[in-house]
Amino acid sequence: MQNKVNKYLRSEMLPHIWCPGCGNGIVLGALTRAFGLLDCDQDNTVVVSGIGCSSRASGYLDFSTLHTTHGRALAFATGIKLARPELKVFVIMGDGDSTGIGGNHFIHAARRNIDLTAIIFNNSIYGMTGGQSSPLSPLNSKATTAPQGTLERPFDLPELARAAGATYVARGTTYHANMLTQLIKNGADHKGFSVVEAITACPISYGRRNKMGNGYDMLLWQKEHGIPVERARKLEPSEMEGKFAIGELHKSDAPEFTDIYERFIDEKQINHREAKKA
Amino acid sequence: MLETTPPRNSKNIQINKSWCKGCGICTGLCTKVLAMDGGGKAIAANPSLCTGCRLCETHCPDFAISIGVDVN
Repeated sequence: MQNKVNKYLRSEMLPHIWCPGCGNGIVLGALTRAFGLLDCDQDNTVVVSGIGCSSRASGYLDFSTLHTTHGRALAFATGIKLARPELKVFVIMGDGDSTGIGGNHFIHAARRNIDLTAIIFNNSIYGMTGGQSSPLSPLNSKATTAPQGTLERPFDLPELARAAGATYVARGTTYHANMLTQLIKNGADHKGFSVVEAITACPISYGRRNKMGNGYDMLLWQKEHGIPVERARKLEPSEMEGKFAIGELHKSDAPEFTDIYERFIDEKQINHREAKKA
Repeated sequence: MLETTPPRNSKNIQINKSWCKGCGICTGLCTKVLAMDGGGKAIAANPSLCTGCRLCETHCPDFAISIGVDVN
């Protein structure tokens, strides 16, 4: 398996730039194992990423990769998928990248239900730019822009994705790395817009400021706070306070955008030919 | 959930020291087999105790550990 996984890594680019204890490498590992399970063809898979720590991941993956502008990864990916619907397109974004700068691209990609697999590395902070609070920073958590704790409520990313129209929504953590691999694989197998939120640790910009300890302590935090969705559904809201459900949170069927678009083009061409004949 | 990294019986623990950043995740998860050396890098102190569960491999953020398979 390890050999199969390493096939998808540009190992000459390693060691990566991420800090000691950063969970991004664990998510990237889960992702490469999912590529292995999917038996991805490197010539027909595209990985698109935005800007931020997490988005550096595309540089370590040996596919056709695109490192794009802040928040706009989904816009680039939408263009690729519409031009070449036969390609498998994965989109790697961070929490700020996807819901802050790229919030609009995110909800509209979900609304269109275009067949992309979005993996969102949620470390609760803008790590690369110096620890500013992001739209997914928990209420009262400290950041350089919120030294006394943020006063703003965070988005519930899976809820946002589901409400906007995404047809596959899941959440995993770096502690539950094998589950995360499976969720990414299931998301990629699903036809439509798939969102997988990966809860990951930023021990440097988030953990240190919020007294959460090192990378290992933050992994244990994920173990204690991530509740499998089957169990979470049976718990009272008061018992789930401060915790979050992990697993496959939502799955539905809806017309997929590239299918709709191709059908539309076909119909127009037929109409055009018939009009010419007449 | 499907087991995506099945356990390995082999006690062949390979650590790529040039990729290890000494974050302590593997030594936290596996206190029996793994330890830190003087330079702050992970080493297999008691390889005979390894059960091949591969938790260290899946949780190493730096791709520095592999169990029971030749890499590179």
